[in-house]
Amino acid sequence: MTINTDLELIALTKRYGGTVAVDAIAHHFKTGVYACLLGPSGCGKSSTLRMIAGHESVSDGSVVLGGRDISHLAPAKRGTAMMFQNYALFPHLSVRDNVAFSLRMAGEDKPTRDKRAMEMLELVEMTALADRIPDQLSGGQQQRVALARALITRPQVLLLDEPLSALDPFLRIRMRAELKRLQRELGISFIHVTHGQDEALALADEIIVMNNAKIEQAGPAREVFNSPKTAFVARFMGGHNVLQMPQGHIALRSDQMRITDAQTGRMEGQVTAIEYQGAHVALTAQVAGGQEITALLPDAQFFDNPSEPGQTIGIDWEDRVAHPVLA
Amino acid sequence: MSKQITAWLQAAPMAFVLLGFLVAPIIMIAIVSFWGATEYSIYPTFQLDNYEFLFSSPVTYTVFLNTFKYTAITWIITLLIGFSVAYFLAFEVRSLKWQIGLFLLCTIPFWTSNIIRMISWIPFLGRNGLANSALISMGVIDEPLEWLLFSDFSVILAFVHLYTLFMVVPIFNSMMRIDRSLIEAARDNGASGWQTLRHVIMPLCKPGVMIGTIFVTTLVMGDFITVRFMSGSQRANVGRLISNDISLLQYPSASATAVVLLCTVLIVIALLLRLVDIRKEL
Repeated sequence: MTINTDLELIALTKRYGGTVAVDAIAHHFKTGVYACLLGPSGCGKSSTLRMIAGHESVSDGSVVLGGRDISHLAPAKRGTAMMFQNYALFPHLSVRDNVAFSLRMAGEDKPTRDKRAMEMLELVEMTALADRIPDQLSGGQQQRVALARALITRPQVLLLDEPLSALDPFLRIRMRAELKRLQRELGISFIHVTHGQDEALALADEIIVMNNAKIEQAGPAREVFNSPKTAFVARFMGGHNVLQMPQGHIALRSDQMRITDAQTGRMEGQVTAIEYQGAHVALTAQVAGGQEITALLPDAQFFDNPSEPGQTIGIDWEDRVAHPVLA
Repeated sequence: MSKQITAWLQAAPMAFVLLGFLVAPIIMIAIVSFWGATEYSIYPTFQLDNYEFLFSSPVTYTVFLNTFKYTAITWIITLLIGFSVAYFLAFEVRSLKWQIGLFLLCTIPFWTSNIIRMISWIPFLGRNGLANSALISMGVIDEPLEWLLFSDFSVILAFVHLYTLFMVVPIFNSMMRIDRSLIEAARDNGASGWQTLRHVIMPLCKPGVMIGTIFVTTLVMGDFITVRFMSGSQRANVGRLISNDISLLQYPSASATAVVLLCTVLIVIALLLRLVDIRKEL
């Protein structure tokens, strides 16, 4: 039996003066989960993370980790560790001393500190650069050091604040694989704040979509993508058309749309844009009522029967792909 | 090629100003320091008499020692006050508006001249001054304290008063450049307030401390007027040695002392720069 390190947010609230940044949210993170807090900027995801970390005071509600209320403890006493957006490495200390910083603060002697720090650096494959200072490292290397520094405190939950946003796109994809590998190896919970839905889908066991200080939807990545509950989630996750129909809003996955001849489809539309994306072609058409529909077609299928902007086409889908969503 | 000429032309005005008002006078002083002097005249020659006299006189060593003493004590006090004030402004005052406001408040004393600020201490510290009468009426002392005015105490007090801001400004500047997430990262790693100060803030303020140190050191070592006024002409430093020579029209001797002082200050700064690399701060 493993130790319970479930993290629970209970009516967690953050107010700055009159404005509410986080509005009484509740969520239960299971032990060993990779969770992504996803949302547009200003939705309250960072404030939530900072309240869990203890860098922002809790206005109301509580944070419970492993059955212990940690809402008002010092950051280092919570069993959490935070990795900052810009990594926040100490510029005057070597990589090794950065990683060993928490041990030094706890009064460990130098040989122990150095040994543990080197173990951590081994975990992130940075032992060769242990004597460098942060300015001499690339973004990806700095991130590894920041990870090692956070993990050396043996946290039960690792909090990551937009960890990949400072990296170039190529490195971002490599580092996210690395994060996932580490999380699996260590078996601790990672809570990762991001505004990139592709990042969240690639990494998360569980996605928590936030908007306007509230949780819009939470669930496994596939569920959130496949059956968005609200129009906001469908639009934010991308890959969906949200249509206003007489019976209410529906979400349709772009890759489930079919293009037919005019008059044979459910709807008739005029092609407004064609975008070649390599494996796919994104075709955008305007239908009655000024709504736009994007269909993501496999390139072979499109080029077998190509259409031109301005052409009238029919759009069709199967009943099972239409998800009713709340406005 | 023409680009290079433009660059030279752009640098020229400043170069001429520096040449005319900094380099030339120093060369002049260096030349005159080898001249000879009688009671009523000075004559161009090349002799080492001035330096010989300077280095053989015990007064020189006492006065240099006294100058170092003033510099060291003033440095320690301005550093302590300057660091605390800068820390308060940078980390305790949260809003930028208040930071700027309080910072400007610090500069208000600079609206009056150095000498007026210095002299205004005299009625305060004098035998029957405010400080003594207040202490007597409070019953802390029975007789007026003699060491309050015209003493090392009053000299250093004036130095600290005059030059603390030169310490505050560069340290404040260093502190404002410290990324606030570093403080949070230290806290996240279990550092207490003191540990954060000791292991994160202080090392990152070193360049600012060093710039402030250079300001204070050069100002105190080159001063003569503060020592004259605040010690009632009872204490001496190198600056006073030079100014006395000048008032006696002993320009060669004054020049020699000035050259020695200049070299001393340059050596001190060179030593300081070896300790900390301030280039990244500029």
